[in-house]
Amino acid sequence: MTVRSAILLSALAIALAACDNMANQRKRLPYELPYGEQAKNWPALPPDGVVARDEEPVSPPPVTMSLLKRGQERFDIYCTPCHSLIGDGDGMIVHRGFPRPPSYSIQRLRDAPAQHFYDVIANGYGVMFPYADRVAPADRWAIVAYIRALQASADGRLDDVPPDQRGTLQ
Amino acid sequence: MAVFGPKANLAVNAALVGAGGLFLTLLLMIWVVPVSGYNTLERYVPVQPVPFSHKHHVSGLGLDCRYCHATVEVSQNAGMPATKVCMTCHSQIWTNAALLAPVRQSLAEDKSLRWTRVYTLPDYVYFDHSIHIAKGVGCTECHGPIGDMPLTWKATTLYMSWCLSCHRNPAPHLRPLNDVFDPHWRRSPETPSGAQLMAAYHIHPKTLSDCGVCHR
Ligand code: HEC
Ligand code: HEC
Ligand code: HEC
Ligand code: HEC
Ligand code: HEC
Ligand code: HEC
Repeated sequence: MTVRSAILLSALAIALAACDNMANQRKRLPYELPYGEQAKNWPALPPDGVVARDEEPVSPPPVTMSLLKRGQERFDIYCTPCHSLIGDGDGMIVHRGFPRPPSYSIQRLRDAPAQHFYDVIANGYGVMFPYADRVAPADRWAIVAYIRALQASADGRLDDVPPDQRGTLQ
Repeated sequence: MAVFGPKANLAVNAALVGAGGLFLTLLLMIWVVPVSGYNTLERYVPVQPVPFSHKHHVSGLGLDCRYCHATVEVSQNAGMPATKVCMTCHSQIWTNAALLAPVRQSLAEDKSLRWTRVYTLPDYVYFDHSIHIAKGVGCTECHGPIGDMPLTWKATTLYMSWCLSCHRNPAPHLRPLNDVFDPHWRRSPETPSGAQLMAAYHIHPKTLSDCGVCHR
């Protein structure tokens, strides 16, 4: 090996070492901006009339304890900030100046069909924004079931509570 | 004529001191800089388009992480809130605040807000939020006391050694599933022990530090 090829080889090695950037590969990851060809029509907008894949309507599932538990969990995440834990519309954000939503136990909402609540979650209502992007169709039914439970509990009386558990209420 | 002139001793001493100094600098570069906050960006607070405060929204208003990071339980990515999510509240409150002008502009122009990333892994590392949430690893184990941060700062190194320190022995880092999203959770005497949680979640640390878990 001559001196010259040795020098050339080591120069090549140094040049190639700089090309190794595995930390930033040519694959698209969420939140990365596109480059090259992909950048030309970005953001890709869906054609008119397209429905999100997860948006296909599901029919109301039978009400079970696990559905109610799921509904309670989702309700606590997405609805309590305004509607409060018991659904009377006295949530934290309302205390900070957000318009007060109606209580779920008013007669109009007791008479409303379940579908109405589903639609309010999906499409919003008045000043309330839609939650379709964060609450999947199946979870919407779970929340509706839980709202029904809240409505039923709003006019619960002490007699409804099993005697051995009344102590926990005082 | 002498081979070494009168200044030779000085030159040799200077060279020795220089070599010692170089050696110390190298040691510093190899061992100290990589673990210093300067290199890991720990405690680093990037500039954001809107000075969003987790302290205010999470601890003050009691919002759940999933209100904004909605996919964290089901997907690799936690998900960042869309402009409309901010607007569910800020269409009615603080509507004229100058701080929120970029949010209103984003809605008007139909252009996403571009938050500066605080936590990023190199592309050759595979990470998934959902498995950690499902197995009772709380947000604060990896993201620090985020409920008390007026501006988000990076709380952990995200080094491989850091991931491994937990993957080799996850027990002390686990909590009951109900408390995963609580930014102020503390272990109490009633909390099931780490070993009990390991059994309940069926975690087997033996294979958890195999290279293929994170490099696939
Ligand atoms: C940011 C605050 C806020 C959040 C969060 C919120 N709502 Fe509302 N909601 C309102 C307000 C305000 C109204 C009253 C709207 C009006 O009359 O203009 C309302 C009204 C309603 C109504 C009554 C509609 C009617 O017919 O009068 C229902 C049902 C409802 N919300 C369900 C939900 C559910 C379910 C969730 C959780 C997925 C939720 N809301 C989350 C603020 C909120
Ligand atoms: C009101 C919406 C909202 C809520 C609730 C919320 N976040 Fe955030 N989060 C954001 C926004 C906006 C950003 C981007 C700005 C920033 O980095 O501060 C962010 C950024 C982050 C980041 C840094 C992401 C990165 O790498 O850039 C982490 C980690 C995070 N949030 C964790 C949490 C955790 C844990 C909770 C629950 C305790 C939570 N967030 C609750 C809106 C929210
Ligand atoms: C559930 C309601 C809600 C959501 C969602 C929400 N905010 Fe807020 N935000 C508030 C309230 C309420 C205040 C004022 C707090 C007060 O009055 O004490 C506030 C205050 C602020 C402030 C200024 C005050 C401060 O000290 O931080 C900024 C900036 C802000 N929000 C940004 C955002 C951004 C960005 C988003 C979207 C990622 C967002 N907010 C989502 C309720 C919300
Ligand atoms: C086991 C450690 C770990 C846990 C637990 C964890 N995260 Fe993360 N988080 C990370 C890492 C690592 C990244 C950087 C991911 C990347 O660059 O691909 C990240 C990124 C994020 C981001 C930025 C956006 C994204 O999805 O990349 C948000 C927001 C976030 N985390 C929120 C949360 C929330 C909320 C929780 C709790 C429910 C949580 N994280 C729990 C390690 C964790
Ligand atoms: C605080 C503890 C903790 C930290 C820190 C942590 N992990 Fe994990 N990780 C876990 C636990 C617990 C599991 C679940 C193991 C199981 O399923 O049995 C897990 C599982 C995983 C899995 C899925 C394993 C599989 O079999 O599919 C991946 C991938 C992963 N972690 C990557 C990472 C990466 C990358 C980091 C560093 C950025 C990291 N983790 C940091 C605790 C942690
Ligand atoms: C728990 C997850 C995890 C496991 C298991 C893991 N790694 Fe890593 N590895 C990482 C992370 C995270 C990084 C990125 C660290 C950084 O950003 O500096 C990394 C980086 C690396 C790097 C690049 C280091 C550098 O400085 O560029 C190599 C090489 C590597 N890992 C090899 C391995 C090998 C070999 C194994 C198996 C013995 C392994 N890893 C197992 C998470 C893991």
